[in-house]
Amino acid sequence: MSTTNIMIVGVGGQGTLLASRILGNVCVSEGYDVKVSEVHGMSQRGGSVVTYVKFGDQVNSPIIGKGEADIILAFELLEAYRALPYLKEGGRIIVNTQSIDPMPVITGAMTYPEDIVQKLSAKVNVTAIDALTLAKEAGNARAVNVVLIGLMAKNTQIPHDVWLETLKATVPPKFVDVNVKAFELGYGQ
Amino acid sequence: MPKKLLIGNAAVARGAYEAGVRVVSSYPGTPSTEITESMVAYDDVYVEWAPNEKVACEVAVGASMAGARSMTCCKHVGFNVMADPVFTASYIGVNGGMVICVADDPGMHSSQNEQDSRHYAKAAKLAMLEPSDSAECLQYTKRAFELSEKFDVPFVLRLSTRVSHSQSLVETADRADVPLKPYEKNIAKNVMMPANAIKRHVAVEERAKALLAFAEETDLNTVEDNGAKIGVITAGISYMYAREALGDRVNYLKLGMVYPLPVEKINAFCASCEKVYVVEELDPVIEEHCKAIGAQVIGKDVFTMLGEYTPAMIAKAVFDQDPPASLGAEEPVPVRPPVMCPGCPHRGTFYVLKKLGLTVSGDIGCYTLGAAQPLASVDSTICMGASVSAALGMAKARGPEFNKKLVSVIGDSTFIHSGITGLIDIVYNKGANTVIILDNSITGMTGHQDNPTTGKTIRGEATKQVDLEMLCHAVGVDHVRIVDPFDVKAMEQAVKEETTREEPSVIIAQRPCALLKYVKYEGRCHVSDRCRKCKMCMKLGCPAISVHGDEVRIDPNQCNGCGLCVNVCPFGAIEKEV
Repeated sequence: MSTTNIMIVGVGGQGTLLASRILGNVCVSEGYDVKVSEVHGMSQRGGSVVTYVKFGDQVNSPIIGKGEADIILAFELLEAYRALPYLKEGGRIIVNTQSIDPMPVITGAMTYPEDIVQKLSAKVNVTAIDALTLAKEAGNARAVNVVLIGLMAKNTQIPHDVWLETLKATVPPKFVDVNVKAFELGYGQ
Repeated sequence: MPKKLLIGNAAVARGAYEAGVRVVSSYPGTPSTEITESMVAYDDVYVEWAPNEKVACEVAVGASMAGARSMTCCKHVGFNVMADPVFTASYIGVNGGMVICVADDPGMHSSQNEQDSRHYAKAAKLAMLEPSDSAECLQYTKRAFELSEKFDVPFVLRLSTRVSHSQSLVETADRADVPLKPYEKNIAKNVMMPANAIKRHVAVEERAKALLAFAEETDLNTVEDNGAKIGVITAGISYMYAREALGDRVNYLKLGMVYPLPVEKINAFCASCEKVYVVEELDPVIEEHCKAIGAQVIGKDVFTMLGEYTPAMIAKAVFDQDPPASLGAEEPVPVRPPVMCPGCPHRGTFYVLKKLGLTVSGDIGCYTLGAAQPLASVDSTICMGASVSAALGMAKARGPEFNKKLVSVIGDSTFIHSGITGLIDIVYNKGANTVIILDNSITGMTGHQDNPTTGKTIRGEATKQVDLEMLCHAVGVDHVRIVDPFDVKAMEQAVKEETTREEPSVIIAQRPCALLKYVKYEGRCHVSDRCRKCKMCMKLGCPAISVHGDEVRIDPNQCNGCGLCVNVCPFGAIEKEV
């Protein structure tokens, strides 16, 4: 039984949960069976966060194993690098070029790897985007998640309007305008 | 109605609503919190945050006794706190149906241990159901209420992180009209003193037999016969992992009811297969039952007791199947452990405690992160409330000089939960400890729940606010002071003065959580050319501040303008741009 597996990775506080909810709801409106696995609590406090979204005719396990992800949607460079083992052969990494230093780098115990986009591109299909700049252009730095959703939307067969309607229904009413703008900026890349 | 995506916890709440639940009382705890939070959407249900799980459970027992369907929800370690009423509620049974939801945390995403709550069902002679996805969360919750009334026993719904926090499709229905049952005084059933409890124990053992008979025939325990030679006995999320890994290549006995476990059904299933595996995360509860009834099964010989399972792990163990090929980074990838947020009020307190080199008896909450580098200030974390009482033990063991270099740190909600009893112990038994209440005006770690010190109910209604200062005075602490943890000089002075006293003292470090919507700091901090590169600011462990080569930088996207770094810089080199 094959499912489409999307892994959303980032740093706690970047809004990965909202992205997974939009994606999950889009899959539901397309008539798929869907599972979305989130993690709440301590790991959200600035730590690595991973959300799995799986859809298809029938989904059993809500988690994605190594070598199983069709798409990795990474909100941060180092998290994309960390998630690489989960990518399926022929899969795609969509990555925001923002980098956020983790505590071992801040304290000087470790160094932040250089040229991650180039290193990933040498091995797998990579689409890199400066989502933070686009989010600011849309009017809110916190809309990085929706810029990335926009870019991913373009890489799927699901129609543009389905994404847009689901986005509008999922975000709080007063943030609809900025999020629609962010989505279109991502989609237009 | 169309199907919709819900996390397991919200599906449990929906199931309880549809089952006509009237009273829900809980204390927050990851991964169980959203069950109770989701109940707020239903106006015709009374829902509350209680000060702790024991109180919450007693509220639910009282509501059940009074004729209402009631529910209480907790995480696995919360079940330990509620165990006292649970064991006796088992003897009393129910009037209105009662459901206890307990969410285990295999892999310890947000917990201090990895205990398996299924042991409680056996120990307290209750009945326990375990759903595998959100649809089952909804259905099993409804069944649990009906069965609770049928068998006169509180039913436990056991969840785990991946069930509680995974969204899957559910079909909702309308709320059932379940009237209050009549309340009648029934001393023999409801007053558990020895003469009555002796008789109730007889009823409990009779009930156990009836529950076992039910476990043999219920459709909650299902066999999927794929005509295979290998069988798998499993429950909960492990069923989903096994189904994904093994598909139709094996037969399944899926146990929706995990206590009591059937005997004949398991024996018949094992007899129909050549080889049977038990797939269950954490402890070998099902496996040991199988072995006790003489069934030949393979369990922890090939599966671990540690952490979460994966489909790949199961495919490897059963069919020696390797996972798909995967790539890896060509260099070490730095880990990204959780950290205190930029602007976290706890940072100021831990900066001072680290500077003074104190022994810090810690507790459960965001501030447990005070044990992480570079602050690495916290010495111990045991359970809710233990920071206070364990510090008394340390002081009594090592004497007054040790006590002068010792403090407890505990959050506002945790202090109300079970820190206050430790403080009373300190006063009563002539301790001289200093307790720092990290009052950030919210229950932080579990995602911002109100508590008795915030002045708001779970529905956001204004209510009486417990005054921490008055409370500490009232139990006999004469030295209580309120300090802003970002005023590091005042904080340092307060800690020095209070720890030298030979009497109990409390410092309330008061500043709201940086993630609260109303907390907005003007401007962002930046490093000016006056920086002497002393790196004092780096000691704060603020994720916004880092060193590049020799230069200290503040990431404007991460900084929230709290200004703590401005306060600690000895050269006035950090400025705030407003």
